[in-house]
Amino acid sequence: MRYNALRLLKEGLTGNRGWVPVWRDPVPQAAYDIVIIGGGGHGLATAWYLAREHGITNVAVLERGYLGGGNIGRNTTIVRANYFLPGNAEFYSHSLKLWEGLEADLNYNVMHSQRGLINLFHSDGQRDAFVRRGNAMIAQGDDAVLLDRDGVRRHLPYLDFDNPRFPVYGGLLHPRGGTARHDAVAWGYARAADRRGVDLIQQCEVTGIDVQGGRVTGVQTTRGAIRAKKVAIVTAGRSGQVAALAGLRLPIESHVLQAFVTEGLKPVIDHVVSFGMGHFYISQSDKGGLVFGGDLDFYASYAQRGNLPMMEHVMEAAMTLMPVIGHANVLRSWGGIMDMTPDGSPIIDRTDIDGLYLDCGWCYGGFKAVPASGFALAHLLATDRPHETAARFRLDRFRTGAGLMDEEGTGAQHNLH
Amino acid sequence: MRLTCPFCGARDLREFSYTGAAVLCDRPAPDAGADVWDSYLHLRDNPAGVTRDLWYHGAGCCAWLVVERDTVSHAVLSVVLG
Repeated sequence: MRYNALRLLKEGLTGNRGWVPVWRDPVPQAAYDIVIIGGGGHGLATAWYLAREHGITNVAVLERGYLGGGNIGRNTTIVRANYFLPGNAEFYSHSLKLWEGLEADLNYNVMHSQRGLINLFHSDGQRDAFVRRGNAMIAQGDDAVLLDRDGVRRHLPYLDFDNPRFPVYGGLLHPRGGTARHDAVAWGYARAADRRGVDLIQQCEVTGIDVQGGRVTGVQTTRGAIRAKKVAIVTAGRSGQVAALAGLRLPIESHVLQAFVTEGLKPVIDHVVSFGMGHFYISQSDKGGLVFGGDLDFYASYAQRGNLPMMEHVMEAAMTLMPVIGHANVLRSWGGIMDMTPDGSPIIDRTDIDGLYLDCGWCYGGFKAVPASGFALAHLLATDRPHETAARFRLDRFRTGAGLMDEEGTGAQHNLH
Repeated sequence: MRLTCPFCGARDLREFSYTGAAVLCDRPAPDAGADVWDSYLHLRDNPAGVTRDLWYHGAGCCAWLVVERDTVSHAVLSVVLG
């Protein structure tokens, strides 16, 4: 069933009895060509690109809970292509282009809103850094505009421009940056993959990865054994747990990132705004809540909740940036499990076990990567060659020291990103 | 969240910095080889359960502490000098 305005009208006028389930609920088969472990954004996108780009549909996505119940189900929804280093620059640029065609591709409204993203800066040195960033974005073929103080004021009149510690010197505007509705992305990819014959298997936890003679032969699950020629681990913060089933240790440490939403407000923040004092970012959802977040809590965690010190720090940042936010009530908060790597950049690669593939290490930036990650992993699975947009996301770069992508320039070691 | 420093007693989380997994205390010999060094620097058990952290009491006595902690519940099981 295709979604369009005419169908909406017809169904609305006839009691909405014609809608069909968005995806099937199939019984797992005994074997598939490819098994994707993880039914989140990246896993579902991979399944669809396998079907659409490569005609490979004998695929199962195995999700231990419900589709999209992980980090894709709760994040700060930011979509942007403003990375700096080779490896990241071309990847996120590609991802944004995929985002721009996504709703037409999937026949699903993911509410992709290219409202513009502004990185504020508060010193001459920070301006220099963002000028450099903007030039890198333009060199990549993307869009960047340098705003001076008045330029920022025209877009964001509610900021504390003369804050003594963080006066607003200006901002880097990325007009094509913005937000999207995170759930819709998962559902859109799931529906599209299912329509092409991919089996989406929920409530199916992988409990073992079968390896014989250095080659993967299948998985054990809570819904039975499934043979597979190729298996991909796409489980974000739980990558270490799943990889351990195959005897692998990963360069990943899982950390908690908190995020927050206020009560619904009339439109006040029309962009995505990031504060140059450190790690704070805010935007407004279409329901009216202000969606914001900051740093990791900075200790290893699978708890999916954080603690008060970082919560207070984020609230302090919000109040410093735009004191008017003090009028709003915070409605809810949550924490996700972030798969942190030593350089803060991701991994899309084969492993030392034949037929076992890895897509992880997204740290706290995986949402915007969903399309390009699925696209690149599908390419790798289908051809056993990395796609050119993700060729640098090597698993062995930490061991060799070659091709590290340390965007923050803090050092390629754990706990600095 | 609090940690009980052996010298200072139970103190707020803000007084401490997490510096990584406690394996960092076991620095390999310089000639131990690439596999050992890669494991030490990069590879992690990363358990969903009991783990051993290295914390620094920077706003207190500056002790380096090994904390046994559950990463799922955040329960702190023990804090000893590193």
